Amino acid sequence: MSKRIHPVANLLAGIARGISGVQVQWAGCEPDERQRVYFANHTSHLDFVVLWSALPSDIRAVTRPIAAKDYWDETPLRRYLAEKVFHAVLLERGSLAKAKNPDEAHFVGRHLIEDMAAALGDRNSLILFPEGTRGTGEKIAPFRSGLYHLALRRPDVELVPAYLENLNRILPKGEFLPVPMLSLLTFGKPIQVAPGEAKDAFLERAREAVSGLRRIGPA
Amino acid sequence: MLEALRDPKLVWLFGGVLSLLAISSVIGNILRNRQKPGAGRTTIDNLNARIRAWWKMCAIFATAILVGRVGSLILFAIISFLAMREYMTLVPTRRGDHRTLFWSFFVIMPLQYYLIGIQWYGFFAIMIPVLAFVFVPTSIAIAGDTEHFLERAAKIQFGIMVCAYCLSHAPALLLLKIPGFEGHDARLLLYLVIVDQMSDVLQYVWGKLIGKHKIAWRVSPNKTWEGFLGGVLSATALGTALWWATPFTPLQSAGLSFTICILGFCGGLVMSAIKRDIGIKDFGVVIEGHGGILDRMDSLCFAAPIFFHLVRYYFVP
Repeated sequence: MSKRIHPVANLLAGIARGISGVQVQWAGCEPDERQRVYFANHTSHLDFVVLWSALPSDIRAVTRPIAAKDYWDETPLRRYLAEKVFHAVLLERGSLAKAKNPDEAHFVGRHLIEDMAAALGDRNSLILFPEGTRGTGEKIAPFRSGLYHLALRRPDVELVPAYLENLNRILPKGEFLPVPMLSLLTFGKPIQVAPGEAKDAFLERAREAVSGLRRIGPA
Repeated sequence: MLEALRDPKLVWLFGGVLSLLAISSVIGNILRNRQKPGAGRTTIDNLNARIRAWWKMCAIFATAILVGRVGSLILFAIISFLAMREYMTLVPTRRGDHRTLFWSFFVIMPLQYYLIGIQWYGFFAIMIPVLAFVFVPTSIAIAGDTEHFLERAAKIQFGIMVCAYCLSHAPALLLLKIPGFEGHDARLLLYLVIVDQMSDVLQYVWGKLIGKHKIAWRVSPNKTWEGFLGGVLSATALGTALWWATPFTPLQSAGLSFTICILGFCGGLVMSAIKRDIGIKDFGVVIEGHGGILDRMDSLCFAAPIFFHLVRYYFVP
């Protein structure tokens, strides 16, 4: 993958920053070029672009979003934005659920994790929304297990929690016109899977790491 | 463009503001150097941050006035936009208000300024209090969410009134055709802003110097009777002394600047009450040392429309 940022990506990042008036706070770590997985709550189409635009440009160039293939592969415009502009890693959402038996599920799951690990390569970072879909902003939904398996597969990569506040009011699910309110983005302290930690315990801890970064409180 | 520079009285007004800022900067620096680290330090740092913010605001304002009528209109439209953004961010709204809010930001507010631009006074005066008043609750009702319906409609309408309607009366001064004052309307706008903002500053200064007796300590613990009286009287004196830049006699100028000061105080008090209600100290963090845009403009929100109508009633035939 080239290290060049697509001009449309920079343009969209600028627009998203303007609309969201986002104030960024690095509360638990500093911007760093080391490989990371940024994971955040998900309430708006703006989430990824705002988070991505908050990173310094050299880090931005190697940071790719994980996105749902069923949505972003649907129309030519979405495909163009996802593949050409943001170099998104498109994953088949719900392919695990469609599996007919545990063996197939295991196989499909392995495949998804391998895709993410391959996308990380030896210098890229990823942006992941582990809820799997956009919520209303009141509560963070339980995390899908991908984050856990990816963390085990690539223990060298830092897992950075981030909380995006108020974006659900700027561009909620189902709307296409934004209201330019102000928003907050807080990066927290990196977490990792503790030795022998169970999947559900880790995912719940990861979810709390995100929700603990809330600054204003429920909208 | 730049015709403002050909108006010597306007240049004098700006010169006065700049000298005042220069003197304040010098005093701020002296205070900082004399102060031992410790107790009063934060107050002085805050004062210096305020003075620095004033330099920036003054530069922006001067540029807008130099560009002319359109410049002032665009500047105030931007101020309205930023103020409304701070307000709507902090006032609780629900998902069902989304489209109403979109209209408020991108149609109602710009239309208000456009109406000033095309000098359509009649429509400018009723668009928000009448049309928006009908539009806001209707569009929320159409969205279908009735929870806290009245509160939401009222809060949004209040925000549009304060941030768009009231503030727009400041640049609307440029609409007024006062006999014998043609082409000098920029001075009237500057007069309003100087008296209004100096009243804020002087109330703050007097309050810090000799303030003891709180006016409404529940609402705003920093407002004292000493600060209020000292600030209003000294800002009124300043406004009176600026009569030469306005179409007013010294006595009229005294009455009008007194009115601006009192209304400015009311605006600040009401906004403080709203902030208490929401549970925050400042509306935003856009201007360093000043809280947010709305914290700076709260006094102008109440002073501008009344000043506009007083001038229009008594001085425009």
